[in-house]
Amino acid sequence: MFTIKNLHFKEILEIETMDIPENKITCIVGESGAGKSTLLKMLNIMLSPDQGEIYYKGKSLLKEDPIKHRRLVVMLPQQPTIFDGTIRENINIGLEFSGNDAQDDSKLLNALELVHLAKRLDEDAETLSGGEKQRLALARAYIMNPEVFLLDEPTAALDDDTEDKVMESFINKIKENNQTAVLITHSQKLAAKYGENTITLNKKGGGSK
Amino acid sequence: MTNIVRDIEFWRLCAGYVFILLLIAFVKWRGLKREKRIIISTARMTIQLVLVGYILTYIFEEPNPYLISLIVLFMLTFAIFNTFKQVAKTLTKKLKKIIALSMVAGSLITLVYFNIVVIHFQPWYEPQYLIPIAGMIIGNSMTGIALGVKNLLDGIHRERHLIEGALMLGATPEVATKSVVNSAFDSAILPTINNMVGMGIVFLPGMMTGQILAGISPLIAIEYQIAILLGITGSVALTIMIFTHYGYKTFFNERDQFEI
Repeated sequence: MFTIKNLHFKEILEIETMDIPENKITCIVGESGAGKSTLLKMLNIMLSPDQGEIYYKGKSLLKEDPIKHRRLVVMLPQQPTIFDGTIRENINIGLEFSGNDAQDDSKLLNALELVHLAKRLDEDAETLSGGEKQRLALARAYIMNPEVFLLDEPTAALDDDTEDKVMESFINKIKENNQTAVLITHSQKLAAKYGENTITLNKKGGGSK
Repeated sequence: MTNIVRDIEFWRLCAGYVFILLLIAFVKWRGLKREKRIIISTARMTIQLVLVGYILTYIFEEPNPYLISLIVLFMLTFAIFNTFKQVAKTLTKKLKKIIALSMVAGSLITLVYFNIVVIHFQPWYEPQYLIPIAGMIIGNSMTGIALGVKNLLDGIHRERHLIEGALMLGATPEVATKSVVNSAFDSAILPTINNMVGMGIVFLPGMMTGQILAGISPLIAIEYQIAILLGITGSVALTIMIFTHYGYKTFFNERDQFEI
């Protein structure tokens, strides 16, 4: 799905070649400062490499419209983005950003159920805990129905038990829908359990599978 | 009502500086270390106004459209640089250009419309009208845009994380910065709107006070005051509208990537 060739970015990333397959769960692991988040941002065109190219479905990202691309390849940052308003508004805002209509409450509740967040839609999103906010952000991305999910430590604020439950149902759903996910994780357990493809980034660059 | 204006005798004008001496004595007593600043400010005010008095006398006697246009341009340039200074933050070149463009377009469009349609004086460069009106319009636009720039910068930095998160989901920069841009606009225009509320009750505005002191009928003075307040509102609004419309774009590159 993504192919990277001779990528260089500041003193952070140096990747000769890398492939991220379609319809698979790819886990990116590596020590802090290895450029994992930077790489994810490049796949989402939030950053552009200094040298080299990234191809998405065979087309260079340089030729892609960044906004259109981000609507197909959505990214969740490590710190969940929560906007002023209710849980309902927070889920629907992703659709609004991508130029789509708001969804019915039943679909929004399904998305909350998927991430194991038992909350009312009219609750103020700001009152949620860190882990709940992370799940809300995941539900928002899910409802956008993108081709690719780029997830930066999506369960970092969750306890092991909840992490397992959330990831299991979320990843099963992605597979069911033939979607692709690239997720950064510190958890070797998570990578081993869900990663069909694992990429290790080393601090001084270089991607090895 | 008489149209003869009382000249203030020189010694009486000097007596006015007693207030400054009083202020200096007070800050000295309180150990505020503001004496130097007060003296410099008072001296600047005096020298600048004396110079302006002579320059205006010369211009009023022999109105020259080129010279008057040059003065308006000088006022604009000064206002633009003063805005850069007032914001007290490092401004990018791109943002400086937008500030200058907004000030020039916002003030000049309002000034031309106001002078031709509202006040309707002739010739268009009549300095007795053009210079004070331009001063009020440009001065208020400057205060408004300084507030707008400061709030836009603060908002963009404060909500950087939310803006980035919205972009990652496919929001356009315009949508991602909407709330920050709206609140910058609001904060810039609010003082002008609030100013209208207290008008005539809490205080008599400077221009109207000046006209009344000069012996003009209060009814004519309020006509001018209403007109100038509308002009100021228009100018501030237009300047801020242009600034906020283009200003947020300077934080993004051609790949719609956030650059701060």
